[in-house]
Amino acid sequence: MRLTCPYCGPRDHQEFTYRGDATAARPALDNTSVDDHNAYVYDRSNPDGLHRELWNHTSGCRTHMIVERNTVTHDVVSCEPVGPFAEQLK
Amino acid sequence: MSAFRLNLRDGVGTNLSDKSISFSFDGKSYRGIEGDTLASALLANGLSIIGRSFKYHRPRGVFTAGSEEPNALVTLHSGGRTEPNIRATEVELFEGLVARSQNRRPSVNFDLMAVNQLAGKAFSAGFYYKTFMGPALRGHKATRFWWVCEQFIRRAAGLGRGTTIPDPDHYARMNAFCDILVVGSGAAGLAAARRVAASGVRVIVCEESARAGGALASSPDFIDGEPAREWSADQIAELSAMDNVSILTRTTVQGYFDDNTFFAIERVTDHLAHKDRTVPRQRAWNIRAKSAVIATGALERPMVFAGNDRPGIMLADSARRYAVEFGTAPGRAVAVFTNNDTGWLAARDLAKAGVIVTAIVDVRTDIEASIRVLGEECRATIHSGSAIRSVKGMRGVNGIVIATYNELTGELGADSKTIACDCVAVSGGWSPAFHLTSQQGGKPVWDTELQAFLPGDPLQKWHGAGAMAGEFGLAQAFRSGEEAALKALADTGVAMPKQAAKIGSGPDIDGDEIDYAPAPVFEINSGGKSFVDLQHDVTAEDVRLAHREGFVSVEHLKRYTTLGMATDQGKTSNVTGLAIMAAASNKPIADTGTTRFRPPYTPVAMGAIAGEKYGHLAAERLTPMHDIHVESGAGMYANGPWMRPETYNLPGETVEQAYIRETKAVRAGVGIVDVSTLGKIDVQGPDAAEFLNRVYTNGFAKLPVGKARYGLMLREDGFLFDDGTTWRFDEHRYLMTTTTAGAGRVMEHLEYYRDFVWPDLKVALASVSDEWAGVAVAGPKSRELLKVCVKKCDVSDKGLPFMGLVDGVIADIPVKIARLSFSGELAFEVYCGAHWGSALWHALMSAGRKLDVVPYGLEALSTLRIEKGHVAGPELNGRTTPHDLGLSGMVSSKKNFVGSVLLQRETFSKQDRLQLVAVKSLDGQRIRGGSHLVAGSKDEPGISQGHTTSTCFSPELGCYISLALLEGGYKRHGEKLFATNPVRDAHVAIEVLSHHMVDPEGGRMRG
Amino acid sequence: MRYSAFAILKNALRGNRDWVPAWRKPEPRSTYDVIIVGGGGHGLSTAFYLASVHGITNVAVIEKGYLGSGNVGRNTTIVRSNYRLTPNSGFYEKSMELWRELSHALNYNVMFSPRGVLNLAHTPGQMDTHAERGNQMRLMGVQSELLDRDQVARLNPGLDVSGSARFPVHGGLLQPDAGNARHDAVAWGYARAADQLGVDILENTEVVGFLKDGERIAGVEVMRNGEPMEIRAAKTAVAVAGNTGRVMKMAGVDKLPIETTVLQAFVSESIKPIIPTVTTFGAGHLYVSQSDKGGLVFGGNIDYYNSYAQRGNLPVWEEVTGELIAMFPAFARLRLLRCWGGVMDMSMDGSPIIATGPLPGMYLNAGWCYGGFKATPASGWCFAHTIANDKAHRLNEAFTLERFKDGNPIDELGAGPTPWYH
Repeated sequence: MRLTCPYCGPRDHQEFTYRGDATAARPALDNTSVDDHNAYVYDRSNPDGLHRELWNHTSGCRTHMIVERNTVTHDVVSCEPVGPFAEQLK
Repeated sequence: MSAFRLNLRDGVGTNLSDKSISFSFDGKSYRGIEGDTLASALLANGLSIIGRSFKYHRPRGVFTAGSEEPNALVTLHSGGRTEPNIRATEVELFEGLVARSQNRRPSVNFDLMAVNQLAGKAFSAGFYYKTFMGPALRGHKATRFWWVCEQFIRRAAGLGRGTTIPDPDHYARMNAFCDILVVGSGAAGLAAARRVAASGVRVIVCEESARAGGALASSPDFIDGEPAREWSADQIAELSAMDNVSILTRTTVQGYFDDNTFFAIERVTDHLAHKDRTVPRQRAWNIRAKSAVIATGALERPMVFAGNDRPGIMLADSARRYAVEFGTAPGRAVAVFTNNDTGWLAARDLAKAGVIVTAIVDVRTDIEASIRVLGEECRATIHSGSAIRSVKGMRGVNGIVIATYNELTGELGADSKTIACDCVAVSGGWSPAFHLTSQQGGKPVWDTELQAFLPGDPLQKWHGAGAMAGEFGLAQAFRSGEEAALKALADTGVAMPKQAAKIGSGPDIDGDEIDYAPAPVFEINSGGKSFVDLQHDVTAEDVRLAHREGFVSVEHLKRYTTLGMATDQGKTSNVTGLAIMAAASNKPIADTGTTRFRPPYTPVAMGAIAGEKYGHLAAERLTPMHDIHVESGAGMYANGPWMRPETYNLPGETVEQAYIRETKAVRAGVGIVDVSTLGKIDVQGPDAAEFLNRVYTNGFAKLPVGKARYGLMLREDGFLFDDGTTWRFDEHRYLMTTTTAGAGRVMEHLEYYRDFVWPDLKVALASVSDEWAGVAVAGPKSRELLKVCVKKCDVSDKGLPFMGLVDGVIADIPVKIARLSFSGELAFEVYCGAHWGSALWHALMSAGRKLDVVPYGLEALSTLRIEKGHVAGPELNGRTTPHDLGLSGMVSSKKNFVGSVLLQRETFSKQDRLQLVAVKSLDGQRIRGGSHLVAGSKDEPGISQGHTTSTCFSPELGCYISLALLEGGYKRHGEKLFATNPVRDAHVAIEVLSHHMVDPEGGRMRG
Repeated sequence: MRYSAFAILKNALRGNRDWVPAWRKPEPRSTYDVIIVGGGGHGLSTAFYLASVHGITNVAVIEKGYLGSGNVGRNTTIVRSNYRLTPNSGFYEKSMELWRELSHALNYNVMFSPRGVLNLAHTPGQMDTHAERGNQMRLMGVQSELLDRDQVARLNPGLDVSGSARFPVHGGLLQPDAGNARHDAVAWGYARAADQLGVDILENTEVVGFLKDGERIAGVEVMRNGEPMEIRAAKTAVAVAGNTGRVMKMAGVDKLPIETTVLQAFVSESIKPIIPTVTTFGAGHLYVSQSDKGGLVFGGNIDYYNSYAQRGNLPVWEEVTGELIAMFPAFARLRLLRCWGGVMDMSMDGSPIIATGPLPGMYLNAGWCYGGFKATPASGWCFAHTIANDKAHRLNEAFTLERFKDGNPIDELGAGPTPWYH
């Protein structure tokens, strides 16, 4: 599988570390609801099909990107930057 | 069968040179010719029984001329280079080659295990599932019954014998990128390669065999007026000369992975008599191609008939190739048995090479005149509408009995006619080799016209060409090759001039025009033992038995009968087996479907897959002071990827004596220890303080510049994640240290929050673990030591208070010194640039000489912190919270941080949780690692109430101690229990203590 | 037809013509007492124990493809109970107990082979962790032995136990009565035995929806031979491993503490016996044993990303073969024959879920990660108990769906709620 790092270009996926479901968003810092945090930590929709997921280019620039990928075919639809510098790339 | 060497001349033995080669088989010496395969050389020497089958140990001969061979498996070489299960059809002969037959006792010609055949019918599919359950008296005994039987069965099974001597050879990996990969260099592959190469894109061509050209090598056709073989050689030479083309021969593309990543194995030295051991034996290629042309050809399949496994029966095209390419007649008198035109071509070419073809038996009644002529050319008797009823001969072929055959009903007539022959060349049609595309999940489609599965729709960027795509015949191969090339070029986005994008008429072909579609006949069922899978001895009856027992799905068929699961992966048997199952189920083959091919295409040496990871080449991390430790006599110890000193043993000292001495020296004087392995992360930015405040449980917002603070990190679920100290160098700059083992995951953890959760925070992170070397200086005399060598800073209690941080210089080395203590003593951590690490170590050692400084290792480091009750990896086991480890005070209630919300869950405040305590041995016995805490005796210990985590002998307490996690432990200080360790045969009386064993008030480290 | 050596001989004499299907291919009834979605190892064993232990025989097992098409026929066949945490060791030891008698209970030889499972240790610290686990096993009544380096070397002559090894072997933890079994036979044996007790096994029948009576699940909607049909039941159980997310969505459960990933398994060419036990590498992740046919069967880490494809990628090949050769340097020349993939229901703590719910009328068996094969008997046994009594058995009472949110994970590795690290 090959992923396109927004900073470094196309690379084999073993250069990256998988960080899981990117739709699981952490509740805001001031949100102290146990339910919300539980949902963030444990609930996964685990789709068979398109999945938005986080990958960190750990053997490269060490920034994250959101990859949209089909979990059945492994087709990569898109790789978008996230993080403090993401806006500058867009 | 008595195969023999033909008179070599033009067109006979095209692969052979004139150089004679000697080799040995089963200890006997033979001669072959350069260009032979082991199989062709064995045949040329008249050997017919090469191997024994898996189950019945039946004698087997050479069945094919390629990598699809099911029968002729041998063991090559000896010692650490022993290689079992090698197909003789793929081994290029070289001077001195040593091969042995296998899976036979005592010899391949006389195998005692062949008695298995006597139980033939009982030994049918599913045999093992139905018996060996043992007497049904007592279940436990019965299990042993199978266990005993299994010992014998295991020994009888298996093919060749492996070795336990390490492989002395080495392997390599090549990462390659190209625009277009062409797999296969036959007519279709060549046409595609020519076309794409001309456009200037980067092309890699992989060819499984020693020479490019594929079937062109033995084709009788003429191309552009030249013999096909010569024409293809010219084409290949032209291609090879192009800068943008690499042709890899002896390179099998084994796997097709996501995003057009191909895995290929190049056999670099296997075929050489004199191997240069400095080059790798095999090279694994990871090829990323923008697009690919798959032109892997097709594999001939046999028809199944009674006695079809006798040595002397082989595939028709293979028989033809042995004559044409290897100048070897497969027999003195060959009978061809076919259901398609290619069998006739084989007959004609055999005869042309000087082989006597006595008969052509074709199941079809209507045979085109143009084809019939081919039979007449070779003066064979022609039996159309006939089939083989049985084969005469036990260990070879003496003749065949044929009968009239009704193509519609599949029935044999009552007549019979015997034809004398010693070789049967059989053709049952061709199966496209779409293994690679099937690996990707592409669903093959049955083509009724061609009687073959075709690869189906592409799921990735590949285009099929030639026989692989069902385009049989030379003209079709050229045309489909060019078409595939254009599609592949379009994938790469190369703009094509209009003229170039046209398919030309291709080269001029002068050759046979035949119909490649066979009659839909797969099996001649005459009641005798007919083998579908030759290597696994799966018979047509086994397939029908599977059907009878309800194992009708193709996967069930495969798994129940083991059809197609042998080392050839059913390359010549799968389709036939499916067809027999379809017939038994009264279903069209299209509905039966086929199983998915799995990588690799042919078996691959595991050393080649591991490549540079072979053996013990896993990364090893060494600290800057590594050599000093080794020179000082330290026993080095693998701690994750790091090598660390265990103890610095004096002569005659045990590890335990050494760490006790080191520990005492630290508590009484001063010692130094290498702490360079700690994870170190540079945290910078205006929001660094806020960021740290969010990831640590305790407050970091107000940490003053020039101070360090110990911090705890949680996972979001509230469990402890890591700990360490973080130092504030500057308003916006911090150095975070992590545990050695946690360095990588902490970095990823922080990056996740920075990038994904709080990208609005202005903070930058960099791993600087390797940039800093660190030495901890510990003991009541540590300050004295530093005073000797430190310049440009004040290390007095006032100048450098507890948790303080200063810049200084030691022996001209700029250092950062923090007053931190893991040991519980007055202690400092001194950091410098990694390249100064050993100089710093030497400087500290010489500064401490008068103070009798000792270097101490991991064991003493650990002992000191256990005595102090400081937690480390064994306590941070991913199942403990700060409350469990007596660290509730570190958890701020004034802020929210990672894990703060879920840490509040009710379960974490339960009083019966495993809680950190210390235990001490009451009877002088050692508490061994891994003990559990129980109330009962050695014989009846009762259930586990907890377990020890970090154990040592405590010089301070004068007894063996351990940190432990005990149910409700905080309230059980003073309780007497046992540390039981049945696997180490120990049961020690212990007393539960507070984990703060040494200097609980902390006076020493603050002093 | 009862299987025995005698039956084999008798049938052989009659040309094997009288064998009958191992299980019937019945037409579905409109109503059952219990529907089990998923004709894999766990679904089939659940059906068997419902019928044999609880007398509930009006049961349908509904399988989308062919029976046993999922992980029961794709795993590396290891059977063991060498767990560290109490809920796991109790549960898996129950499984061992059932394994020992399984061939008899089913009248089907599942070839359970207690050849020993050996976990290598490469540092003194790892020896201590192994001892901690071995002691827990002993205290729970599970056999375990801590072996030193020489004992390990005697057991496995091909192992590199030299001090110069990158990860030198210090010893290992042996569960002598653990081993492996023939995976397909487990599925077929349970299917045949359940069928004989009256369970309907419906192959090639795909669940496409759930029937509801108000809030309560009342059966399933299936596609069979291209036709939709409804099958009703008072109790509907789901045991579909990697497809849990997919199936539960149809019931309206959109999110679960499970992610699906792919695990690859590998087999070498067949050779004469060379490694006697199941052996695992302690400085990485690799497990290897030799099948009765002679192939080395091995595997390692999952391909970390979420995946429903029954195939993986190359990095795992390199990692796994590298570790295999680090352990057994002689195997560099042995050849890999085949690699395949299975989809794994990775739970948030690496331990399974066997529980009532999450909807009324429904029962869930999931989260097996890649350790489900060894659990097959106990999983079915406990799940059957849970379905029959609407309440978990003592052995599976910790395997709830709520434990995650309650903060009580059963986390052997301590890796936290990161499914791909378990």
